[in-house]
Amino acid sequence: MAPPTQRLEVTLDTELESVDLAESIVMRISEAAGFGEDDVHKLGMAVREGVVNAYNYGNAQDRQKKILLTVEFEKDQIVVHIVDEGAGFDLEDVADPLAEENLLRTSGRGIFLMRAFTDELAVGRGPTGGTDLRMCKKLPRSKADTCGA
Amino acid sequence: MLQGTCRQIEDVAIIDFSGKITLGEGSATLRKTIKDLVSNGQRKILLNLADVDYIDSSGIGELVGAYTTVRGASGELKLVYLTKRVRDIIQITRLFTVFDVQADEAAALLSFR
Repeated sequence: MAPPTQRLEVTLDTELESVDLAESIVMRISEAAGFGEDDVHKLGMAVREGVVNAYNYGNAQDRQKKILLTVEFEKDQIVVHIVDEGAGFDLEDVADPLAEENLLRTSGRGIFLMRAFTDELAVGRGPTGGTDLRMCKKLPRSKADTCGA
Repeated sequence: MLQGTCRQIEDVAIIDFSGKITLGEGSATLRKTIKDLVSNGQRKILLNLADVDYIDSSGIGELVGAYTTVRGASGELKLVYLTKRVRDIIQITRLFTVFDVQADEAAALLSFR
């Protein structure tokens, strides 16, 4: 029998306050899921960076638009989706922030940090054509066993 | 939220920051602090980050902006007392090759001479 799926879906307003809210939601869930302090912080930060991108670039700070945050557990990992209502983007178009010529740029490190703090990051398209950021992190071993992994 | 208090030792302005350097108020506070210092003629600036326990990519961008602003005015900007989390972010973003991070305040003040 497949383990039960647990999923939380939150619709966020396109405002700065949503960044802190999304981060704290994911931190609380990941704490409850048994992640250690360091991983809770990393997940929270990855979500922060994702929601900042949705706010700034995806929805271009348009208060008419929404950001959809979903958090769910799949077998042995936590999966977070951040979906905006923008025009979408290609990962290939994002400059490498570690390249010498980009080190003094004041932006462009969000995707890099999301990748650094999660086990998997994918960029897709949401239902309205905006960006669907999918980030995953393996559950701590004991919790993964409990979830039937 | 980010708060900063300024003190002066000889010709070095030391800003003791506390809080978070993140998108919004935190970043804006850092930007304004640096801008005001440079406008007032400060050319040697030391940022004490001992009480800054969180920085996001926007905050990092603001630190980089501070660095280029001070350098553009022919000045020097240095960092001291990085917390583990801030240090880790600066490490993985290769910004140790940009920022002059000093071990302690005494060493930092000496390095400005």
